[in-house]
Amino acid sequence: MEKIPILKMGQFLLVTIQIDLYDRLALNLEADLVQMVSKTGARGVLIDISAVSIVDSFMGRIIGNIASMSKIMDAETVVVGMQPAVAITLIELGLPLTGVHTALDVEKGMALLRKKILVDGEEDDVDDDGADYGSE
Amino acid sequence: MEKRTMSMTTGPITVLNKDKMPVVKEQDVVPFRNRVKEYATKIGMGLVNQTKLITAASELVRNMLRYGNGGETLIEVVSKGRENGIRLTFTDKGPGIPNIDQAMKDGFSTGKSLGLGLPGTKRLVSEFDIKSIVGQGTTVVVTKWKNG
Repeated sequence: MEKIPILKMGQFLLVTIQIDLYDRLALNLEADLVQMVSKTGARGVLIDISAVSIVDSFMGRIIGNIASMSKIMDAETVVVGMQPAVAITLIELGLPLTGVHTALDVEKGMALLRKKILVDGEEDDVDDDGADYGSE
Repeated sequence: MEKRTMSMTTGPITVLNKDKMPVVKEQDVVPFRNRVKEYATKIGMGLVNQTKLITAASELVRNMLRYGNGGETLIEVVSKGRENGIRLTFTDKGPGIPNIDQAMKDGFSTGKSLGLGLPGTKRLVSEFDIKSIVGQGTTVVVTKWKNG
């Protein structure tokens, strides 16, 4: 059985989808990824779809599911590298991928994840003791 | 028994090439998509239109598997006037669709999907035609023109 590898990189999980997914493979990836978030305590998931030429409503739903599931496990999801033709098709199909963060490439995606986690951390501090750390 | 048609097809269409391919299991989807891509590339269809066509094909073939227990696909290279295109026919012997108008509405689904399949697919192709007879099956024909 084929499997999509999930790589751990510090606080993040990195998934590069290199092939066109069929349904079972996509569903397995969804399950594996949530397991990995739980096991590693990862704070972010980065999915690189630059090699994916087709995202239909099923794949879109899987991506949305991964983002929602990761979110309630306290991890952010960023999808990177979407091909322009795929973006055009997704919008025409009526699948705007709401709730999924996106970035142009892996580098920008990583930066976005870091920023998100940092911002969350600061918010927590402010919530905890009501102090403004901005002036320090 | 109900027979309904939604058609936008007009003008004489010449068939240049035919290719039949059964799709009966999930693993058939990707090879089918690749075959569609081959033909679309062969007639020189641009990347955006190709992606739209293949996504539409993927939606329809998935419907066929989910609701019709699989069926047969026909890939044709067609021409109308000076325009070339790809015509795809999906035929299943499933339960059929009792209410096509409802099935063509955004957000309607009897399954657990988003209900974007049929209306979304229609937006992606140049021509869309669906015929369904309850108890006998469903046939969907879509055409994407090279520059359409």
